[in-house]
Parts: sequence; C-alpha cells; structure tokens
Amino acid sequence: MTADLECIDLEKRFGDTVAVDRVSFSVPQGSFFSILGPSGCGKTTIMRMIAGFLDPSDGDILIKGKSVLDVAPNKRPVNMVFQHLALFPMMNIADNIGYGLRRTGMGKADINRKVDEALDRIGLPGIGQRKVDELSGGQKQRVAIARCMVLEPDVLLLDEPLGALDLKLRERMKVELKALQSAFDTTFVYITHDQSEALVMSDNIAVMNEGRFEQVGTARDLYYRPDTAFVAGFVGDSNRWRGRVTKLDGQDLELLSDTGMPLRGAIQGRTLNVGDMADVFVRPEAIKIAHVKGELSQFDNQLSGTVTSLLFNGAASRVIIASDTGHGEVEVNLPQSGEFADLVKGSEVHIGWGSDQGNCFAAEAS
Amino acid sequence: MRAEAKLGLALLLTPLLMWLSLLIFIPHVDVFLVSLRERVGVGQYQISFANYLTFFQEPLYLWTFLRTAVMSSLATLMTLIIAFPVSYYIAKMIKGRAQSALFLLCLVPFWVSELVRTFGWMILLRETGVISNVLQYLGLVDGPVEMLYNDGAIMIGLVYTSMLFMVVPLVTTLESLPDEVIEAGYDLGGNGVSVLREIIIPHAMPGIVSGCIVVFMLSLGNYLTPTMLGGKESLWFTELIYSQFIVRFNWELGAAFGFMLLILSSAIVWGMLKLTGQSLEKTMG
Repeated sequence: MTADLECIDLEKRFGDTVAVDRVSFSVPQGSFFSILGPSGCGKTTIMRMIAGFLDPSDGDILIKGKSVLDVAPNKRPVNMVFQHLALFPMMNIADNIGYGLRRTGMGKADINRKVDEALDRIGLPGIGQRKVDELSGGQKQRVAIARCMVLEPDVLLLDEPLGALDLKLRERMKVELKALQSAFDTTFVYITHDQSEALVMSDNIAVMNEGRFEQVGTARDLYYRPDTAFVAGFVGDSNRWRGRVTKLDGQDLELLSDTGMPLRGAIQGRTLNVGDMADVFVRPEAIKIAHVKGELSQFDNQLSGTVTSLLFNGAASRVIIASDTGHGEVEVNLPQSGEFADLVKGSEVHIGWGSDQGNCFAAEAS
Repeated sequence: MRAEAKLGLALLLTPLLMWLSLLIFIPHVDVFLVSLRERVGVGQYQISFANYLTFFQEPLYLWTFLRTAVMSSLATLMTLIIAFPVSYYIAKMIKGRAQSALFLLCLVPFWVSELVRTFGWMILLRETGVISNVLQYLGLVDGPVEMLYNDGAIMIGLVYTSMLFMVVPLVTTLESLPDEVIEAGYDLGGNGVSVLREIIIPHAMPGIVSGCIVVFMLSLGNYLTPTMLGGKESLWFTELIYSQFIVRFNWELGAAFGFMLLILSSAIVWGMLKLTGQSLEKTMG
C-alpha cells in the first residue's frame, strides 16, 4: 500500500541557515501523524512545503505516490487548518464551508447538501447562516476542519490549531479531533509544540529539533524508549544528571555525576565507554518515595534527603528533595494514595529507583 | 457623575464644540439665510427660493454640476483602480523597512502645497513643457503639443491630488487582513481572481468606501486643480460659486449654489453607501 504522504530527503535552506535538514518520513493512509518540536525547529516550514506555500530546496514530496512539487497550492489534494483557523470573516458559516466547493464549479444544490452534511458531521447542524464571530472557539475549530473536509483531501494538515484555545477547551478538542479524524478516515498531519497534544492524539509522532527528526515512533516509544537525549528531555519531564562513566557491566552502567552523586543506569543498547561523559534521565514518576529506608531495598539507586519544596498540582503533584550528602536535587512524583499527605517542607524521606529507569546517553559537547 | 468630572468633560468638549459651532454650524446657517434672500431693490431684500429656482432653470448651472459630479466619480474610480494594487503591494507584498519607505514615498508629494504640485503638472503638460519637448526631440510630433486645458489634464490632476487619501485607508484595511486568510483562500482551491473577489475586496470594502467618499468629496470641492489644469473654461462647479461671490458679487446666488453642492454631494454619497450596502459607521469606525 502506498503511503498517503511521503517526504524524501526534504530540505529547506534560507540563505545559510538550514531550516529543514534532509527529513524523510511516510504517513500511512488514515493515520494521525504529529510533528512535535520546540518553536523554531522547522516544523512549520515542513508543513508549508507540503501545503505548497514554500518550495523545498531539495528532496521530494509524494502524495498517494505522486510527486506534488510542480503542483500549485490550490491544486494540491492537501488542505490546511491554520494556526488562527483563518475562517473568512466576510462570509457566513455555510459560505465558508462551501468556498472550496464553489471553486470546483459544483452546482448550488449539491454545495448546499454537502455543507449541511458537513455541519451535521461536526455536530453543529443549522448554524450555516451564522457569522464567524458569533461562534465559540471550539465551534470555529470544527468549522475550520469541516471547511477542509468537504473537499475530501488526501491529507489534512493542522498547524497548532489548538494553540489559541483555553486549557479546558483544548483538553476537550484533543478528544474531539481524534474522533473527527476517525470519522472522516483521513490522514491527519498535525504539528505542535505541546507534547500532550501529540501524545494523546497521534498514531505516530516525529520529534523534531533543529531541522532534523530525532525520533519517529508511537507515543509509548518516545516516552519510555527515547532514542536521543533530546527526546528524553523534551517528551515528558525528567531528572537529568550529567557525569562520567565509571563502570560498565553489560547493559548496566555506573556513573559519577558532576555533583558527586554515584548513579546507576542502563544504556539500552547504546554505545558508551568507561570514561565517557554521559547524561542520565530519570522520570519523576519512576522514583519511589518512602518514609523508611528498608522499603527501597530492591532499588539499586538509593538516596536520603530533605523535602525542599512541595509543588502541588493535583494528580501531578511533585516534591523536590535535596540529597543529604549535598549532591543535588531530585524531582519526585507524589503518590496520591494518602500516605504522604503529611509531607511538609523539611521532612526527611528516602527515595530509590531501579537502574533500568535511568536512560543514559552519551553527552553532547556543549 | 461627580461635579469635577462634569466640569472636566465640559472643558474637554469646549474646543470641539466651539470649532463645530463657530466654524461649521454658524457659517452654514448664515450661508443658508443669505441663499434665501432675494434682492428686490437697492438694499431691499425678501425671503424667497428664487436663487434655487435659478439653479434649476438655467441649464448651464445644472449641466456644470452634473459634469462636475460625473468627472469626480470618474476620478474617484480611476484613483481606486490605481491605488488598489499600490496599496496591496505596500500592505501585503513587502515587509519592514521597504514597506515604510514606499508608504513614505506616497506621502512625500503631500509635503508641498497643492498649488506647487499642480504647477509641477503644468510644467510637464504645457506647450513648452517637458513632455511636449521630449516628443518633439524624439521626432514623434512636428510641432509643440498643448496638453493643458482639457478634461484629461483635469483628470490627471485630480487623481494625483487624491491618491494619498485612497492609499491610506486601503493600506490600513488591507494590513488588517491576516496573510493566513489569503493563504487559506488559495489552499482551498481558489485562484488569484476568486481570492481577490471573494476575500480581499470584501475585506477591504470599508476602506474602499471611505477612500472613495473622501476622494469624491475632495474632487467635487476642488477649485485649484480644475482651474489651473483645465483653464477658465473648465466648467467646474466650484468655479461657478467663486464667480458668483467674487466676480459677479452675487452672494445670494453663490450661497444657493454652495448649498446645492452640499445637498447634492451628500445625496450622491448616501446613494453610493446604499448601493454598496455599507453604512457610514462601518466605514468610518
């Protein structure tokens, strides 16, 4: 089966700067693909090249197996939901959705029927005569998607469309977008800097940094098995230590951090030698916290310390613990089972984690 | 409202109210009263509509007014057609310093007075002027060509004088149209023509209408340009008013003409607004 969208060695240079550096990926039919990266990493440039607003410096873009490099944006079987949605304020909702259909020369009756169908599909029947500014943020969002979907594009591009919404609505729209995607059964390519948007909705995610894809994989892969230090640091939260490798034993390694803390980690098949500088990433939720040291005997990383601050954030509450030996601070998820409800600043606690939870990467020269 | 606040508001409003009443309202009332006077003998006047009757009974006056209105409309249309691509280029196609520089270039001619600008055109167009000489030098014509003192010259002058008043509102409205919206127009299958017709022009409509109103009123009430570029026989309505007041010393008829100009031009603008489905609040706000 040919992929709906395939990019081969895509490259874009602006003068001397390389915005997109030989990026290749393919998106199978009907899947939800996200490109996740910090702002300025080149993800918008990729999207604009796919839409046709920018010409790649090198490489090829295939849609359903055919190169679209010579196809103008208005002829490409690709539509885009813009960051600020770009609904046409001078038209009512029905005219907005019907705009693309009118361009194809479709008859009025057919257009009206299709527009009504699309409005039903996004759960907003009968709003065709309303003006754009009479809709709420979430409704505009759905109209913007419907406006593209009536054209039955092979690929729908979404450029951070949830960015302008408030948090509650954004959470709801994530679920809704995913539902719309499976309802329309169209390939979505979604770009965002918000990892939770990407993790929740996507079948596949590409993490992008400085013009290159660091890793492409499922949300689970990225979170539990990051390929690079950037991915480990960018996706989810981590405690991060840098140090020199002191001992290597199969997949396990020992390392002495720059602050003087001995740590054990796993190299997960990556190459590291004794004496190399390495970064260790440990997720806050992978660290167990205990009142008594004896409860942590199964972990090969153990630490005693004092609580320096409590960061209450409901289910995602954290504590920051300073080690008694003065080797630095560790961020730990606070279990919600109640046994640590009495934790206050200055409490003595013990923490521990297994060496397989410590992802080690060769430190990049910085 | 507290007493001080009331006083503050009154003080803030005073200059505006004085300006409106002393310079606009009272003179107009006075002109209206003068226009209603009919001279029946030496120093004897009575109230009548005789002056207005004269305007409608004398075909020359009516024709001059119609000619002025039609030529002003034409000048407005031409200004719009020339200014629109210029404004679009300034507002959407270029960014940063080049944008401010081009905008400034539109503004620079307006740093000198209208009189000097119009003289500039006379230097270009007159029999012994630049264009005439160049044409003779190139051998395209045998003798000197007079390009002044015709309707074409008036038109050039009016369009040139009004350009800025069209470019400014157009640039402002076009700049407020996000690039995203234009891109969305193309992305959804539109071509240049349909994006222009369905997205850019509807968005720019308030700017187009307010620019047109200003340019139309300026052209209609222009005295200098038609007189200098069109000559004495240019038959512009403001010249009729001038000659009644200054040459004939018939203030009563001049005042009536002035009032007719106000009423008729307001009617034309109102008609234009109705025709384009715009309201004054929308275009000015």
